[in-house]
Amino acid sequence: MIGAITLLLGCQLLGELFIAATGWPLPGPVVGMVILFTGLMIHGKVPAPVAAVSDTLLRNLSLLFIPAGVGVMLHLSLIEREWIGVTAALIGSTAITVVLTALLMVGLKKFTRVGQGSVGGDS
Amino acid sequence: MEGGFSDIWVYLSASPLLHLFLTLLAYLGGQKLYERLGMHPLVNPVLIAVIVLVAILIVTETPYLVYFEGAQFVHFLLGPATVALALPLYRQVSRIRKALIPILLSVVFGSLVATGSAVAIGWAFDISEATLISIAPKSVTTPVAMGISEKLGGLPSLTAVFVILTGILGAMIGPLMLDLFRFKDWAARGFAIGIAAHGIGTARAMQVSEVAGAFSGLAMGLNALATAILLPLLWQLFF
Repeated sequence: MIGAITLLLGCQLLGELFIAATGWPLPGPVVGMVILFTGLMIHGKVPAPVAAVSDTLLRNLSLLFIPAGVGVMLHLSLIEREWIGVTAALIGSTAITVVLTALLMVGLKKFTRVGQGSVGGDS
Repeated sequence: MEGGFSDIWVYLSASPLLHLFLTLLAYLGGQKLYERLGMHPLVNPVLIAVIVLVAILIVTETPYLVYFEGAQFVHFLLGPATVALALPLYRQVSRIRKALIPILLSVVFGSLVATGSAVAIGWAFDISEATLISIAPKSVTTPVAMGISEKLGGLPSLTAVFVILTGILGAMIGPLMLDLFRFKDWAARGFAIGIAAHGIGTARAMQVSEVAGAFSGLAMGLNALATAILLPLLWQLFF
């Protein structure tokens, strides 16, 4: 288990180093995800301890956003002032983005005729 | 007696233990309620936990920084958890390979819709420029969104709040919208949620289906990349 945690942190560290060296506008952990993914592709399977630690983290992913979310208390007065515009932008944009992206994705999958492997019909 | 209690309170609130404990407790409570109410997307555990914690901090007059001293241990795990998203990606690699072109085109399109529609609606409602910049990268995962916002002259900490609110909203109304429009393909459903609602949407997608979770995580990563490149370029063009 310690080995798996070390592996995850190691990939993250490599990702941070890569960002520091290249100045790319990406967070280190996203690069770390690419590094781990590449490693898994080369290795050809997921070691059991890595699967156990990762799946535990991912099952509780929502928990990890709570500390940043509580930061809303720092901006309560600004949100109070502009709440109508902010609420409209957040709800409207989120709904539009979800529907249009799904629409394009389903359309493109049909168009490129690669949907055979996916679950269920794409209607 | 009263002096004794307030001594204990002072002692407890000065150590990171109390706020770490409260964070976990609020999450467990939110999760319980979510399960009890049939895992309905509108009962979002993150939202419940955030409301409870903000209320406690305001009532006890605790500054956010004091809270964060305890909560930072949870916050820190976001990094390794993001790295761990490589696993669902790896498990779904054959499915991703088959849909590579739809994926890449949908990311660019989704990134433009997510930023463009937020700015357009905010502008129509006449919100201030700093708020407008801060809300533009709202669909991108927190650290990247904060970086973009800072580069364009927004308020990074306000962006973080918009990002979390967007994630919660996406996890709440995203599945309802997808049901309304009868999208049944788990890959497309997860992908759309990941574009619009980053990690919080991915957390929700992961609970529903591993295919949806993998595509959601993929969309989150690619959208961070696409928006980090596209938004600063477009912003220079339009403003």
